[in-house]
Amino acid sequence: MSVRHALLALLSEGPKYGLRLREEFEAGTGEVWPLNIGQVYTTLQRLERDGLIESDDDDERDSPQKRFRITADGEYELAAWLRTPPDMSSPPRDELVIKVLVALRVPGTDVREVIQAHRRYLVELMQQWTRIKDADAGGDLALGLAVDAELFRLDAVVRWLDAADGRIKRAAAEPQKATRDDLPRLRMRAGTAR
Amino acid sequence: MSMLELRQVSKVYGQGAAEVHALRDVSLEVDPGMMVAVMGPSGSGKSTLLTIAGSLEEPTSGQVVVAGQDLATMSRNGKARLRRQSVGYVFQDFNLLPGLTAAENVALPLELDGISARKSRDAGMRALDALGLADRASNYPDQLSGGERQRVAIARAVVGDRHLLLADEPSGALDSDNSETVMRMIHTACRQGIAAVVVTHDAQLASWADRVVFIRDGRIVDQTTPAPGPESLLRQQR
Repeated sequence: MSVRHALLALLSEGPKYGLRLREEFEAGTGEVWPLNIGQVYTTLQRLERDGLIESDDDDERDSPQKRFRITADGEYELAAWLRTPPDMSSPPRDELVIKVLVALRVPGTDVREVIQAHRRYLVELMQQWTRIKDADAGGDLALGLAVDAELFRLDAVVRWLDAADGRIKRAAAEPQKATRDDLPRLRMRAGTAR
Repeated sequence: MSMLELRQVSKVYGQGAAEVHALRDVSLEVDPGMMVAVMGPSGSGKSTLLTIAGSLEEPTSGQVVVAGQDLATMSRNGKARLRRQSVGYVFQDFNLLPGLTAAENVALPLELDGISARKSRDAGMRALDALGLADRASNYPDQLSGGERQRVAIARAVVGDRHLLLADEPSGALDSDNSETVMRMIHTACRQGIAAVVVTHDAQLASWADRVVFIRDGRIVDQTTPAPGPESLLRQQR
């Protein structure tokens, strides 16, 4: 998440000191995405420079003790950011997709066994996230939302592996249809044709 | 002692050219307090594994031991008693009897086992209460939401002194909120000492289990290793 907009969000609740902002940022994301301390203070300086926040004018102390408040420009920037969808149109370069596609071409490789190795790893990760959710028992809303996001993301990858597994099994049963001519198109889709 | 043990269990349907190997040499152990998820695509044999574990079907070869008792050495009546007293089932489509209220559905396995109607009903009410459904006790299944129906089905599966819970896609028909509630309930039952086997193709469901076993073409091909605690995941992110 953008530290910049997270800080603007925290300041939208009212004026706060640098140290408190850092603590609230960590708590607000359920400690799922902690950041380093320096990032908070340099970001605060940049926000002040851009006129999105302001501090007490005569305060020369370091950032931890300095008090900040959001400006009207800052509130406008925050409202615009909340409503701007992140760019999800171009697929990211997906290493897992590439590995499965490469496995198809490496002689003597059992692709389904390769798929299973990745599936197991992903499910083990999901077990760990589920344990975090279980331990919290629904008390921390921000943590619950962040963990759900991770679980759904990993789940989508597992589903893709399941679909790939099924597709490869069907292709093996009808070998005449599985041609290598299909691969260039697949490479494009996986973001490897650059 | 394991609550459930499958030793090299195979199941073959049909004969000759029509022969289908639903399970091949499957071995699995589930200890009290453990939740094991069996994950695999449809047709992989996972539901067959569950029906054999619950003595609803006989294996073609291999051994099934439930609560220390080898099913092959038990009479039909003995197996029926074991199913009534020790094993609870949860299905995707709930399988509640429509003419009975929630409380009557939950009490039914106890009544079938010869326990008095009043005692059965009291135990049923306790199970419903523990799952937050006391106020739904006199509702009929068609007066309950999908999530509530499945919670009643879980109450029925754990009522009395059951040791083994067998669930087939228990949240397959539910939205993600209700799925989580259902999985939390099964998880809680395990913490109280019940052994559970949940078969599913859903990784989110499976991730509630202590151990996930992967099944493909009737064979167990892989399983998760005991996961480190959640702290490691949070540390890793820093």
